[in-house]
Amino acid sequence: MRMSKIVRTGANLLYPFVIIFGLYVIMHGHLTPGGGFQGGAVVATAAALVIVAYSYEEVADIVRKVVMKAQESIGLLLFIGAGIAALIVGGPFFYNFLANSGLLFGMPVPPGPNPGDLNTAGVIPIMNVAVGIEVWGGLAIILLYMLSGLEKEGS
Amino acid sequence: MFWNLPLFAVVALTVVGLATIVLKKNLIKVFLGITILESAVNLFLISLGYREGGIAPIYTNAPATAMVLPTPQALTLTSIVIGVATSALLLSFAIIIWKRYGSIDIDKIRRLKE
Amino acid sequence: MIPAFIVENSPALMIIVPLVAAFITPFIGRISHGIRSLWVGGAMATTSAVTLLLAFDVYNAGTRLYVFGASAASMALPPDSGGIPIRIIFEVDPMSALMLVITAVSGFAIVLYSLASEKSHSGLESYYTLYLLMITGILGMVSTGDIFNFFVFLEILSLASAGLIAYRIDGGVAVEAALKYFVLSTIGALAILVAIGIYYGEYNALNMAMIATRMQFSLLDQVALVLIIAALAMKCGAVPMHFWTPDAYSMAPSSITALLVVASQASLYGLFRTVFTLYNVTLNAFTVGWLIIILGILSMVVGVTMAIPQKNVKRLMAYHAVSQTGYMLLGVGVGLAVLGNQSLMDAFGYMAMEGGIFHIINHAMYKGLLFLTAGAIFLRIGTYNLNKMGGLGHSMKWTMIFFIIGALAIAGIPPFNGFASKLMIYESVFVFNPIIAIIAMVVSILTLASFVKVFHSIFMGPKLPEYAEVKEAPMPMLVGMGILALVVILFGLFPNIVVESLIAPAAHALVDQGAYIGAVLGGA
Repeated sequence: MRMSKIVRTGANLLYPFVIIFGLYVIMHGHLTPGGGFQGGAVVATAAALVIVAYSYEEVADIVRKVVMKAQESIGLLLFIGAGIAALIVGGPFFYNFLANSGLLFGMPVPPGPNPGDLNTAGVIPIMNVAVGIEVWGGLAIILLYMLSGLEKEGS
Repeated sequence: MFWNLPLFAVVALTVVGLATIVLKKNLIKVFLGITILESAVNLFLISLGYREGGIAPIYTNAPATAMVLPTPQALTLTSIVIGVATSALLLSFAIIIWKRYGSIDIDKIRRLKE
Repeated sequence: MIPAFIVENSPALMIIVPLVAAFITPFIGRISHGIRSLWVGGAMATTSAVTLLLAFDVYNAGTRLYVFGASAASMALPPDSGGIPIRIIFEVDPMSALMLVITAVSGFAIVLYSLASEKSHSGLESYYTLYLLMITGILGMVSTGDIFNFFVFLEILSLASAGLIAYRIDGGVAVEAALKYFVLSTIGALAILVAIGIYYGEYNALNMAMIATRMQFSLLDQVALVLIIAALAMKCGAVPMHFWTPDAYSMAPSSITALLVVASQASLYGLFRTVFTLYNVTLNAFTVGWLIIILGILSMVVGVTMAIPQKNVKRLMAYHAVSQTGYMLLGVGVGLAVLGNQSLMDAFGYMAMEGGIFHIINHAMYKGLLFLTAGAIFLRIGTYNLNKMGGLGHSMKWTMIFFIIGALAIAGIPPFNGFASKLMIYESVFVFNPIIAIIAMVVSILTLASFVKVFHSIFMGPKLPEYAEVKEAPMPMLVGMGILALVVILFGLFPNIVVESLIAPAAHALVDQGAYIGAVLGGA
């Protein structure tokens, strides 16, 4: 059931800003409040905005179920992959082997209050991104399945 | 007495949540009661970490005072995520029951007898 | 011959393998059905192998500790924390190892069974994903040493099992059963979360060993104890919170019912871990022990009396599951009631605990076998109603043999394993209080009567005309049932070896709080 022209125009304008804000919350999870789940929920709100403003049949081939399911699985596998990489390097599962090491996110953190640097905290930003991808996929899948179940009834 | 205000809110929300679950007849209202009960427990968990005069536990550009405990915040976050999954599953069950039984009044969806 | 890497990291691999396999299953399912069956079977076999390896290692070498995220796997106390364990740890002691053995054997047998019994249904990738998630939940719940981690795995288990109970929608009745189970389960889990909050607020610790060290039995601790006992007793189906059990067990697919039995045992393990390890002698052992004994007696009696007039064979078996849970609560409750008193413990307390714990593994095996035979009958003739069945002994011979083995085991007839554990419970409870032992024996006789009735109405009698072309159950189902039946027979023939090597270390590890704390804080 399509909403009115005002709602659709508003959704078209707001949708990219919501996604950008969600990605910001995901990426800066180790410095400011937020992180994987919170940012993922914000990005899923953008998907919900589009699904509610337009009717389900029009959205069904833009936000597709298969792509969202694949996204959910890829997010989880990336998360566990970061843990298994720690096993391969030699520590126990989920050992933070990138912190203070000079590799990808490896700058050491000066102690005490400081203006935060994005390039710190090791495995944690990678896990934040993985959880963000997974939550985005998961919540979008829930919305799509619920709406497709209702729409088939015709009410 | 003033510092116990969150705990009073926890008790009030718990009573409201349990009363909704027990007394209401519409299935969706029972699920809302479960959500209220969850909010009560999350509020209880966060209010355990408060230290008087503390600020939020973030090191970025923080002034040099004491901080509140961050561990209950992690516990509450996990609980909120579990609450989202629980609500999604309960609402999916409500949709299927409405399609097959025709009503979501809890007196009428009792086909499983002794 | 087994790489040291796998043995050392086996607590982590035990969780990683089913979790990763669960989420790759939808992709493999799009290729073909056969490859998906191979994938699921292989993943479950690998999980069972790693789990049995860990259990064997714990029985030989003692309690294993695994710290997530430290720089070495056994470093529980970081050097700059002042002697406090701050990370999530998995602490596998012999009692956890027993539950791991149960899960490994049952999980593998049931997945073999489901490969055949679910072949004609749609939506199978969700089924196998949720099944592997349920296995992850059970394995995590029984190995963890951190009380909030226990709550998280408990919720994973509840969500996955609620989804699986509602799997065959059946006109909506299965969804109603799953709804009842899930609402009660959520309220129980919230009660456990309040108890965890109370522990954290009082002692500033989430690690079970730290809470046990700092425990004083104040009023808040009593509130937390009541909340945890109520929530976990509800999850394992003890009376008076058993009302979800007949609905959920009868509406789920039979393989899931067998796995739900194992999940209920895992909640029972959580109850024992809380009472024995967190509290131990600080609580009033006599009072709490009698509370658990009364829950046990009520479960036994109510379960078996409600089972006798049932016509649906799975509801009948579900009420018997409630009754058998009463035996486990009775055995361990008697052990708890004499906890502080060393001479009484040596006289009959340890035997009561060993009887209760032995009954856990026996019950998982024979109850799983009985539910799987009910599922095999349903696959061939399409109904669970006892009034409509009859004369199946002519065509389903192997199913009949497995049913006889399961029914004799549950009634406590030698030489099957039910007799061994029930004898230990009768002997020790008789010394404690003779009336309770007589109640237990009467319940056992009523169980036998109920199963004789079921056996007669399903398998005996002339061959009915509408079941003329009924064949035997398919081979994967027979193999799955055969694994469980083999364990039932072996445990019944050699109970001494089983008690000495598996059960007695578990009972002693459960009672000995000092060893549990010492593995985390003392020497490590």
